[in-house]
Parts: sequence; C-alpha cells; structure tokens
Amino acid sequence: MDKFTTLTGIAAPMPLVNIDTDMIIPKQFLKTIKRSGLGKNLFDEMRYNADGSEIEGFVLNQPAYRDAQILVAGDNFGCGSSREHAPWALLDFGIRCVISTSFADIFYNNCFKNGILPVVLPQDAVEVLMEDARKGSNARMTVSLEDQTVTTSDGRSFGFEVDPFKKHCLVNGLDDIGLTLEKVTAIDSYERTAAQSRPWV
Amino acid sequence: MPGPKTLYDKIWDAHVVHEDADGTCLLYIDRHLVHEVTSPQAFEGLRMTGRKVRAPEKTIAVPDHNVPTTPGRDKHIDNEESRIQVEALDKNARDFGINYYPVSDIRQGIVHIVGPEQGWTLPGMTVVCGDSHTATHGAFGALAHGIGTSEVEHVLATQTLIQKKSKNMKVEITGHLRPGVTAKDITLSVIGATGTAGGTGYVIEYCGQAIRDLSMEGRMTVCNMAIEGGARAGLIAPDEKTFDYVKGRPHAPKGAQWEAALTWWKTLFTDEGAHFDKVVTIRGEDIAPVVTWGTSPEDVLPITGAVPAPEDFHGGKVEAAKRSLDYMGLTPGQKLTDIAIDTVFIGSCTNGRIEDLRAAAAILKGKKIAVKRAMVVPGSGLVRAQAEEEGLAQIFIDAGFEWRLAGCSMCLAMNPDQLSPGERCAATSNRNFEGRQGRGGRTHLMSPAMAAAAAITGHLTDVREFM
Ligand code: SF4
Repeated sequence: MDKFTTLTGIAAPMPLVNIDTDMIIPKQFLKTIKRSGLGKNLFDEMRYNADGSEIEGFVLNQPAYRDAQILVAGDNFGCGSSREHAPWALLDFGIRCVISTSFADIFYNNCFKNGILPVVLPQDAVEVLMEDARKGSNARMTVSLEDQTVTTSDGRSFGFEVDPFKKHCLVNGLDDIGLTLEKVTAIDSYERTAAQSRPWV
Repeated sequence: MPGPKTLYDKIWDAHVVHEDADGTCLLYIDRHLVHEVTSPQAFEGLRMTGRKVRAPEKTIAVPDHNVPTTPGRDKHIDNEESRIQVEALDKNARDFGINYYPVSDIRQGIVHIVGPEQGWTLPGMTVVCGDSHTATHGAFGALAHGIGTSEVEHVLATQTLIQKKSKNMKVEITGHLRPGVTAKDITLSVIGATGTAGGTGYVIEYCGQAIRDLSMEGRMTVCNMAIEGGARAGLIAPDEKTFDYVKGRPHAPKGAQWEAALTWWKTLFTDEGAHFDKVVTIRGEDIAPVVTWGTSPEDVLPITGAVPAPEDFHGGKVEAAKRSLDYMGLTPGQKLTDIAIDTVFIGSCTNGRIEDLRAAAAILKGKKIAVKRAMVVPGSGLVRAQAEEEGLAQIFIDAGFEWRLAGCSMCLAMNPDQLSPGERCAATSNRNFEGRQGRGGRTHLMSPAMAAAAAITGHLTDVREFM
C-alpha cells in the first residue's frame, strides 16, 4: 500500500448527498478477480452514456477535473454495498483523498486499507472546500495527514480528526495482516480459552 | 463491580483478543462467510504471501451474487466473467479446505440465508462476510457485519479483525403491529425515521414488544436492513424463539454442548440500566404498510401517501430529491397507488425465506398477475424445495410468476436477471439505488405481501385491500 503523507492536487466538487458505492462502481464491474483497472469505470453510469460516450456535464469529464486527486462530496459518502471495488476504482482513477461531512462505515475503513484518506469535516468547512474545488484546475488543495489539515488554494486551513492507529498505518504504508500476525500468541491463547468456554463454536 | 452492559457490550467483551491503549481491538471472529464477488482478491493475497486460512472449519463459502437462477447453471454459466468468479471460488474453497456449497448442492443459496439455515449462525457469535447485509445474522443475537475485501483477507489469515467499538443505539418498537404490517415495514419505517446515516457509528439493538412478537425470519428481515440505516450491525437479544429455531440444525451444538451453549446464550441480553448513546422509539401501531418512492432507502412513505416535492426537504436532500424524482419518473403530488408497475421481484436476503413466500402466496392464491413479468427467487435450494412441498410454487406459477433457482438474482442484477432502462419494479429486496436492479431500472421497495398485491393490480397497492 502506498504511503499517504501530504497531497497537493486538484479537487473535484461532487455536492450530491448519499453517493453510494453502486454509483462509484456499478456492479457489472465487480466481476473482476483483480484489484486494478477499475478507474475507467469509476462513476460509470454518471460518467458515460449507454453508447460509451462521455456525459459532458459530469465533473470528472470536464477538462479541469480529469486529473483530480481529491473529491469534495456531500453527506454520507460511500453508503451501500461493502464492495472494496469502490476505493479500488477511486484509487485507480487517481483519487487519494475524499472529503465529506460523513462517510458510511465500511467504505471509510476500506479507504484506509488502500492508501486513500477519507477526511471528515463539519458542514461549513466542507462548503468552503466545495467552493474552492469549483475554481477548477488552477486551484490546488493541500491535504496533510501528518498535520491533519486541509488547506484551500487561498490558504484557509481546516484541522481534522483521524484515528491514531489508522493514521500510523497510512503514513507508513503498513500492511494490517503483518501487524496482526505479530500478535499471533495472543490469538493462540484466545483460541485455547475459547475452546474451553465456548467449545461449540 | 462492572456496570450494567448492553447485549453488544457482552458479545464484544467475549471476543477481544487484544486491546491497544487507544482502544483499537483485535476481535476474534467465530464465523466467516464468503461469496464469489468479494473474495477472489483476498485469496489471491493469501497466495502471494504464502499464507493459509487460519480456521477453515469456521469459514463457509457459497456462490450467490452472480449465478444465474435458471436451470443448467451447474453445467455452464454463459457470462464468462461470472463463470470465472464462480470457478475461482470453487478452486479457492478446495485449495484452502473451507466449507463449501456449490450451485449443484441443494443447500446452496444466498449466503445470509444459508448461514442461519445450516446452523452456522448462533447466538453470541461474531460473524463477518464481505457483504454489507451480514447484519442479517444479528437476529440471533450475533454481532454480525460486513467487511471489505482487505478485511476478508485479514480474517482468512488471522481469524481476527482490527476494530474499534461502536456506540450503542436502541431502537424500540413498542406495542403491536396492525394487520397487513410486517417486519419489512418496521425496518423501512425505522430508516425513514432516522435516515440512511442515522445509525452511522452505532450498533443497533432492536427491542420492544413488536420485535419480540416477530418470528426469527421477521427478525432477520429487520436486522438485514440495519446497514441501510447506516449502522455497523443490528442485534436482537436471543430468546426461546431463537433457541427453537437453532435447535437441531446441522451445525448447531448437540447434547451436552447444547446445554452449555444454552446456559451462556441465556445471559445474552441488555442489563437493566445499561447505557445507550442514542434511543429511537416507534409505536408499532403507528407503522403502516410502506413503499419507497425515491433512490435512497430512507425515501419511505405509507402506501396511502403521495409523491413528495423537492421543496418538502432541506439541505443537500433538495437536490437529491429532484434527481430521484427525475430518475424514478415521478411527479410530486401523484398518489403512490397510481404508480404503475412493470415487474415484480420477490426474493433476496431480506425477504427470500419460506415465510416471505407464504405471505406472498396467501395474497396471490387463485389470482393472476397484471404486470409484464414477475419472478420469485427463493433464498436457498432448501427454501425452494419446501415451497414446492407446501404447494406455494404452484400458486406462484398459476398466478403467472416465474419460479427460479436460488441466488441474489434481481436484487443486484449482476446475473442475467435485470431491469431494462425505465422498467419499474416492485421489489422485496433492500436497495433502491440508481441502477441497482439494472441500468435505468426503477425500484420500489416493499414487503412480500405488498409486492404480491402490486403484481395482481399492476400498480402499487395497499395490501390491506386484499385482507
Ligand atoms: S440478496 Fe441482495 S443484498 Fe442480499 S446478499 Fe445478495 S445481493 Fe446482497
């Protein structure tokens, strides 16, 4: 997993609330047995017509936002299905950070496993960032995980909270499984005790 | 002395393997359910790192999402990508030695129906699956939730999950339901009241007389949609109904182990005075048969209502409502019962169990459908067999329904069962998102009885007219 320290890039505004994982990556693209290659189908049904041509109005089709690395979105981003294909598709497109007032639980966790930083900020801060994102490709936003701040193109800065363990893993690009396997004696001993207390499991 | 605990606290505490200073826990997982769509990359990860499945005997796999529901699928699946995914699961189950129900097995079905049916799901367990509707298993008083594919790999390799504890939320449904009102109406009404983010950060415990009165199958319907309310999981304290349901199932404990299990299960309830961070109370008598009108499961209205206008909402929801109405092809003020339906879909892990089929068949008996197509997709091969034995299959077929093989089918349309653009469907599933049942498809969620009523009249219908 790629580390996330500081990112300066173009932010795309998506003011819609309840953007669900079916919108982020429709199910017909879940048939892959790989993690890569989903970026071209990110937001597929909002981004392309049935004949495969691009829908002009869609934000990521506009020249200013084709290289966006940050999304600023409405409330409850990533709700719905648990598909990790959603963060895989975002990442494959090049998005490394999503900013919203709230995220659905599973999506939020999935982001951290894939080197994407989900940033939760209050409504008024998200509105300022949304405005900044609307300025297009000349306006670069900066997200620093180390300092836990998002800074607009004109220098307004907002601090955000993040779980220290999740931050640690993301800043260092650490693999969870490796970390957990360091605790294998604790798992062994739990299993021995549970075999006594709950033998039917 | 430890203070009073909620049901969630008790199950959580019994599964903590290790706790870090900041409260991050390693939680032991008792059951890991696996399906073909969210697991290939996890098994690939194990192969790449040379890791094994730590507890194959606690891991259960079944293909359900993209299998066709028509005969011959055990011989050949036409769609190449689907076939590759199902074959990958066959191979992974074999190579890693996990429990497996292939399509050729009568016990195959939707993973959340197979788990309880086979007695894999038991009270007090932790249950995970790479699928958000794992919440279903909470009906047994099991802490059950969906995980992503990286977490699937983590559980396969370590039988644990890295977790922080959620907050406790209580949803109490008091009193009694009125005639024609079902578990589906409860769960949709709760989401209508709290919103799709109302449960974010919480584990919900559903309680109250109306929940106690539900059968195990109804309780599964309620917990199934905890995720649509944003919650990590939904829980219902186990009681005699739970124990009766579990007893004698193939993987339920037997003999002395049954007695030992029962002793522990009977301690699984929220103590008097335990703290909840959020409480929602709804009177059972106030719940009506409901349908969804929009493209979010929170867009819920009693069937007697009318399509709302964007101005009825505020904030970001105004835009969202505009977009929903446009997508759904509806006009504000239109009576819900005037909305014509093309297709009826009865099935899914929300409402694909035997009681659901009985409820729909009771409405359909001796009647004919007035929609273009209607299908019933039993939740498992065993549900299908039982429905045939009880004569329900014949009622559906006589009414003009297609009688399908078990799977997720049109709940998410990853298989050949899909809506075409603009096609309007009365569905017993759990998501009405844009494109969920097929690109451009329009979904109205409701109970099996309401879906059956819509099938007969050809438009959204108040089931109470048929009672
Ligand atoms: S029936 Fe629908 S909701 Fe349930 S597991 Fe299958 S696709 Fe998911």
